[in-house]
Amino acid sequence: MTAVRVLVGTRKGAFVLRSDGSRASWEVDGPFFGGWEVYHVKGSPADPDRLYASQSSGWFGQVVQRSDDGGRTWAAVGNEFAYDGGPATHQWYDGTPRPFEFTRVWHFEPDLADPDAVYAGVQDAALFRSSDGGQHWSELPGLRATGSGDAWSPGAGGMCLHTLLLSPGRPDRLLAAISAAGVFRSDDGGTTWQPSNAGLRSPQLPDGDAEVGHCVHKLAHHPDRPDTIFMQKHWDVMRSDDGGRTWAEVSGDLPTDFGFAIDVHAHEPDTVYVVPITSDSQHYPPDGRLAVYRSRAGGGEWEPLTTGLPQEHCYVDVLRDALAVDRVDPCGIYVGTTGGQVYASADDGDSWAPIVRDLPPVLSVEVQTL
Amino acid sequence: MRLDLGDDATQRSLLDALEAAYPVLGGTIRDRSTGRRRPFVRFFACEEDRSHDDPDAPLPAAVTAGVEPFHVVGAMAGG
Repeated sequence: MTAVRVLVGTRKGAFVLRSDGSRASWEVDGPFFGGWEVYHVKGSPADPDRLYASQSSGWFGQVVQRSDDGGRTWAAVGNEFAYDGGPATHQWYDGTPRPFEFTRVWHFEPDLADPDAVYAGVQDAALFRSSDGGQHWSELPGLRATGSGDAWSPGAGGMCLHTLLLSPGRPDRLLAAISAAGVFRSDDGGTTWQPSNAGLRSPQLPDGDAEVGHCVHKLAHHPDRPDTIFMQKHWDVMRSDDGGRTWAEVSGDLPTDFGFAIDVHAHEPDTVYVVPITSDSQHYPPDGRLAVYRSRAGGGEWEPLTTGLPQEHCYVDVLRDALAVDRVDPCGIYVGTTGGQVYASADDGDSWAPIVRDLPPVLSVEVQTL
Repeated sequence: MRLDLGDDATQRSLLDALEAAYPVLGGTIRDRSTGRRRPFVRFFACEEDRSHDDPDAPLPAAVTAGVEPFHVVGAMAGG
């Protein structure tokens, strides 16, 4: 029978939530790495028992953890992320040049075919790859060498590479997103990269449609339709139908188009989920009512999904990596909040119930369908 | 634990030996890129804070002799 494993990274450790395909009852395992920030936990599509976790703290820096048994046990692997070439500096908040300095891994993206191959998106923004299960890491220096790296500047959360989209059947196609630099695209396996932000509008910038500098919060696509990509930008929900070359706004009738998280239904490539957040200064849902919004038209027209979600006095945030879908039919949707709740829907988002209510602030949610 | 540092008993050689014995500690005590002590990690020995010592200065004799421990401490901080 199908099983589901939800991998939760929080401000104070990681948790593994397990259920069968009914998703009616859950086993909660953790905390792992208690007291440490766990920005992201993700499993290999090629070997679901192979998991990678980013464990960090202000005291002891970055540790990379790997599990080979589906999260039951863990062992530390390599944590040396040495920048390799590219510009020496980026732009700091005050416009002055600042050396690129490794802080943490925001996101792991395991290779689609090789469980020993995994990418790491880091702060300060760069992309690293390991081909030995995380023991050793090498930068893909072409990304920072696109010609704009010295002009990148951090978002409020730091200058992080937070998203990497891999395309099934197209191993040379990579799409990376950086706050606050924008989207970058490679068609040669990550050797060379180009900015991929045409159509983005950011009136907060001196040049609102600049080639780089956009605060892209998250990208998502359906594996069967890799040229159609959805984006939650700082403001605006965007869509591309040409692999990220050009973008068009699909915010439509959302109550606010600010937000962090976005994902696509496992079986319906035109069904998209976002969690609207009031504004960049008010990181909580409009009117204190948590709602996931669903579009079945690939954007433009959105419907609020609220059954089972708190509809009063709710002032949590849903961060960029804290929305995920499973591949069960009907599709399960999962949302983690900064209030420590992980809400799950086993019916495409029509109704919701908490799996857990009182975890530390949730930083990321990933789902494996086993 | 006890570490054999030979004739080169300094903070640097001690931490190098510690990390060689326990590779998981690499980067957690000293920043990987700069080699410098992380701000919230402190070094205590012989009831003194040795955090600001030259990493290549000799360790206190009592530590080298194995009489006193060299403490690597996660600093108390948080407010």
